Amino acid sequence: MATDFMDFQAARLPANMPSHRLRVDRQQWLQTTESLRESKARFLTLWGADDRDRDGGFRIYAAYLLPDTVMVVEHFMEDSPSPSFPSIAGFYPAALRMQRAVADLLGISTDEADTRGWLRHGGWLETLFPLRRDVSGSKQYPAASAPYPFVEVEGDGVHEIAVGPVHAGTIEPGHFRFSVVGEKVLRLEERLGYTHKGVAKLFENTSQQNGHRLAARVSGDSAVAFSWAYCVALESITETVCPARAIILRALALEQERLANHLGDLGALGNDAGFAFGLTQFSRLKEDLLRANTVAFGARYLMDYVVPGGVAFDLPADARCRLLDLYDALEPSVNQMRSIYDEHAGLQDRFREAGRLEQPTAEKLGAIGLVGRACGIACDLRVDHPCPPYDSLVPKLIVQTGGDVAARVQVRFDEILESLRLCRALLSGPPIESIHTSVPVAAPDLLGIGLIEGWRGPVMIALETGPNGGIRRCHVHDPSWQNWPLIEYAILGNIVPDFPLINKSFNLSYSGQDG
Amino acid sequence: MWNTLSRMLHTGLLTEPLSVPAQTAPTLEILQKDLLEIFGRALCIRHVDAGSCNGCELEIQALNNPYYNLEGAGIKFVASPRHADLLLVTGPVSVNMEEALKRTYDAMPDPKWVLAIGDCGACGGVFGTSYASRGGVANIIPVNDTVLGCPPSPASILGGILQMIRSTGIEA
Repeated sequence: MATDFMDFQAARLPANMPSHRLRVDRQQWLQTTESLRESKARFLTLWGADDRDRDGGFRIYAAYLLPDTVMVVEHFMEDSPSPSFPSIAGFYPAALRMQRAVADLLGISTDEADTRGWLRHGGWLETLFPLRRDVSGSKQYPAASAPYPFVEVEGDGVHEIAVGPVHAGTIEPGHFRFSVVGEKVLRLEERLGYTHKGVAKLFENTSQQNGHRLAARVSGDSAVAFSWAYCVALESITETVCPARAIILRALALEQERLANHLGDLGALGNDAGFAFGLTQFSRLKEDLLRANTVAFGARYLMDYVVPGGVAFDLPADARCRLLDLYDALEPSVNQMRSIYDEHAGLQDRFREAGRLEQPTAEKLGAIGLVGRACGIACDLRVDHPCPPYDSLVPKLIVQTGGDVAARVQVRFDEILESLRLCRALLSGPPIESIHTSVPVAAPDLLGIGLIEGWRGPVMIALETGPNGGIRRCHVHDPSWQNWPLIEYAILGNIVPDFPLINKSFNLSYSGQDG
Repeated sequence: MWNTLSRMLHTGLLTEPLSVPAQTAPTLEILQKDLLEIFGRALCIRHVDAGSCNGCELEIQALNNPYYNLEGAGIKFVASPRHADLLLVTGPVSVNMEEALKRTYDAMPDPKWVLAIGDCGACGGVFGTSYASRGGVANIIPVNDTVLGCPPSPASILGGILQMIRSTGIEA
């Protein structure tokens, strides 16, 4: 079945790339998902909303990426004591955890057998669904830790290793349950949700003009991507045209963010493979970049740089030279480090074949972003659906087919070099122009989408406006949702001591996933 | 190998003097002497992310880069709370991390200190208190001091740690 039947039914949706909204009933919900899967649509995200106050029911949304459009499929459920919708995990396994999160926050269930809480760990009542409109969200409840039955592996010599949520390093919290024989991993089960901060509920008490600040703090290492996605969703709804200069500066900030994270990761990957020299060198290069950020953007991490209607301020007079000097110093350093990494036998021994994810598995599970590109999945919004200024920059698509740690290292090296090219091109434009325009207050009940290719992959915001310049619902999606389950597959057959290296090669966001 | 050695040689020593506000800035020698007097060894720090957005983690990690070179100053990060003198806590305390944070704190031997890092650690930041967030770290475990910022720079985190050592020294 092709997706043709959707074309005449789907309505256009405000977004920074062609997007459509398709309303379906319960039966069509599954049929549509099936035909989307057949036409190789990529699953972006899934979220729900309580609309009982407006039209007496709940809604569930799923967003997909097609070659020419973003398709948001929407299904309305009448109010009932136990609202439910058919699970789409049979077609898109990545939806499983998102459906569990919807059940936790909205009390909308599916026909899946796994009904364990994902975001709710016992910190609020089981009968309380924080995203429902009749729940205030500000009330506190005593934590009552509930048992979480992990899947058990049985057999001679099989034992479990429990790791986390507090890890032995400066990293985010999450729990990993390994079932092992000797050193070999037979099974890994992740449990996340520890950093759930109720972001979606907070948005309901945030004004449209301030939402970018909260969005930027969903995952601090992707602040530019999230705040840009938020702003572009609001600008699409209000039909605001951002000044060209502001868009160039946003892209510059986004590429700086990509560079900073890739440099940090390459250092940490060297370190996790016992090559501390790599960490020393790359952490120095990253620090150089962050200090240049202070000169160019007024902060090391750009939490509040992208604002609705543009950016907070233009580059100061000396910033352009400082950035160009930085790129001129970075490029030979990165090239030299690359040849050191490539020629280091011990390092390559650890990188190659470690945490390999075969392309068919990655395709089936819905790998996306950087991790997907290291398994031969050629998908990058900046290339496939370029919005300004990427349409004129024409970024190169970076793909590796190895699917192992080594491939994820190579993608990072290639993307650094490509980002440096993009940054130089972005700095070549004329600097004298407005960097901000005012964004009018949006009418209530309008839905808009913002999609930005952050350094991990596509970051998505679905914004629904409320009355008086408020937000009715804002769904924030980090690509880590899709890629976390992949680690459970990548680790199979590897040894436990390689887990930190494999995990780092993915470097997914806990906070972005937990929300 | 030649490439690696050549890169080391050309990079040279990058470590800067302790970059904290002038009035509180001790020299490296004074700091190391203070640490030896107070602790008799290096100051051992354990970090716990109690629900942060991961911005503060990046800046804490930066303390170990060659410019700040925290270990060179006699301050090191340890893998277990049982080895730690000082607990750095980032983030608003999420409801789901409350118990893990309390257990980490309880696992530390006395005497112990707690430094809440970032606006969220200080008061909950943009996340405040809600069904999912308990707000600032002090709502859950005793806190000696806070370092503000979103995220605070490595220099201000270092400043916060040094200030804590100095006030501890005065108390002792």
